[in-house]
Amino acid sequence: MHINELKARALRVREHILHLSTDGGCFTGASLSCTDLIVFLYSGFLRVHRDRLDDPDRDFLLLSKGHDVPALYGTFAEIGWIEKERLQNHLSPQDSIYWHPNRNIPGIEFHSGSLGHLPAVGLGIAMDNKLRGKENRVIVITGDGELDEGSVWETLLVASAYKMNNLTIVVDRNHFQANIRTEDLIPLEPLAAKFEAFGCAVARIDGHDFMQMQEAFGRLPFHPEKPSVIIADTMRGKGVPSIEARADRWFCNFTHDEVDALVRELHGEAQADLTSETLTVR
Amino acid sequence: MNYQELIKQTALADERIVVMTAENRAVVRELPPVLGPRFIDVGIAEQTMIGTAAGLALRGRIPICHALAPFLIYRAYEFVRTDVGIAHLPVKLSSWIAGFLSDGNGPTHQAIEDVALMRGIPGMTVFCPADEADMLAMLPAIWASPDPAYVRLIVRKTDFQHAPFQIGKAEVVSKGADVTLLVYGYLFEEARRAAKILEGNGLSVGLVNMRSLKPVDEQAILDAAAGSKRLVTIEDHLLTGGLYSIVAETLLRHRQTADVLPLALREKWFKPGRLPEVLEYEGFTPEKIAAAILRA
Repeated sequence: MHINELKARALRVREHILHLSTDGGCFTGASLSCTDLIVFLYSGFLRVHRDRLDDPDRDFLLLSKGHDVPALYGTFAEIGWIEKERLQNHLSPQDSIYWHPNRNIPGIEFHSGSLGHLPAVGLGIAMDNKLRGKENRVIVITGDGELDEGSVWETLLVASAYKMNNLTIVVDRNHFQANIRTEDLIPLEPLAAKFEAFGCAVARIDGHDFMQMQEAFGRLPFHPEKPSVIIADTMRGKGVPSIEARADRWFCNFTHDEVDALVRELHGEAQADLTSETLTVR
Repeated sequence: MNYQELIKQTALADERIVVMTAENRAVVRELPPVLGPRFIDVGIAEQTMIGTAAGLALRGRIPICHALAPFLIYRAYEFVRTDVGIAHLPVKLSSWIAGFLSDGNGPTHQAIEDVALMRGIPGMTVFCPADEADMLAMLPAIWASPDPAYVRLIVRKTDFQHAPFQIGKAEVVSKGADVTLLVYGYLFEEARRAAKILEGNGLSVGLVNMRSLKPVDEQAILDAAAGSKRLVTIEDHLLTGGLYSIVAETLLRHRQTADVLPLALREKWFKPGRLPEVLEYEGFTPEKIAAAILRA
């Protein structure tokens, strides 16, 4: 897909995310940071289709950082995996579109929400692919704050020991824990060196640059006997300047008027005037 | 036949079986060359083992996971609950040295809350065979079930001839008008001998090997309550959440009441030591079980 089409699609996904950021809200900032990554992966890179999930050669994408699922809902709406109208059921107990992923939404591989789980689940899927002699790729998107969880590193040790070249961890490196900058709380840098020390082959890219994504994902696996890691430097709230890179705009629950203003801001019009209470703890 | 031979036979006949361990090879030592890549040792990483097992199960595999009981389900509890439980995947947990079987290891290694924790997970099934033969009779059905399962492994050999197993059914060894002993796991043999002592004292004694704690054989409990003056629950588990709780819940659900004497660990870990002395110290030898019942 042409870069301009990817950009246009990502813009529409960001609109969906903003529209989900009201009437109960969602993790807006954390979803906007990985929107471009998710749009890229589902726009031709991943060999997967909602209607052919039993295809033995298909790829897998797991959202370990589950609270970014609005980016996935939005992407699914844009690629036709979920009806756009269905997104209006957000947070209704009548549907299953809530703050974290679940398998009631066709195309979502596994539930998450508790951090540090899906690298291991992804490893299991990757091991099954190896047992079947298949080359399917397993991509696991983690947050950067999520890397505080020891289970991530435990799994990397094992994945590395088993030479799982079909497993790729993508870090949405938006530089924020829930409410605090990672480097101000539990510093992660030098991050690439940490992954390398755990036996992974690492690339670092701008997670909003589709050219860099094409180049890096196109080279997978980075090493024939190592798991791959792509550290994607991103920005929390990307695309909507008034909530970009703000510690207090992780979870957002805006008024309808604010959402309309933010959508205009997304399209380059005047900056929104936000008065909604910022939720710093959720 | 032993555990390792059974698992080997099952895995060779069924490609879906994957044997996993968090570097606890006590009962699966000879399997690596037999199973090749279907034997996965993740090292001392229980969380990763369970998460990985969930991923394998998601793809149609049946992982049988081995570790010392406390690390298998306490260290990895949230992975069991969240990855296996929520998705209801057929991951089979083979727990080693649960209950009194941790001998001299000390409280870090004592899984005496395992039944409580595992039965609290929606959809999880819980099994505690009485001895090796009982375990070998039970495992094929447990592994063939689509449900996640927790099993207290046991390699104790006894001369007891067990009845065939069915998930959700207890083994009613005998019925007694005076007292019925409800027991599971290692203490079955002690309870069986205690029953003999009690019979020697002129009591009519029932004995039930619970086997399947979830789903539990409610009818066996209700029948025992109806047919015996007293029930005794015997378990190497905390009083909270184990068989005593199961019996209480069952009776309440059916608006029944009974005189129930619980023999369990009360708000404490047990004193570590050699197993026979632990049983003696904690009051779970046949003689002490019988004495406690006669005294009550």
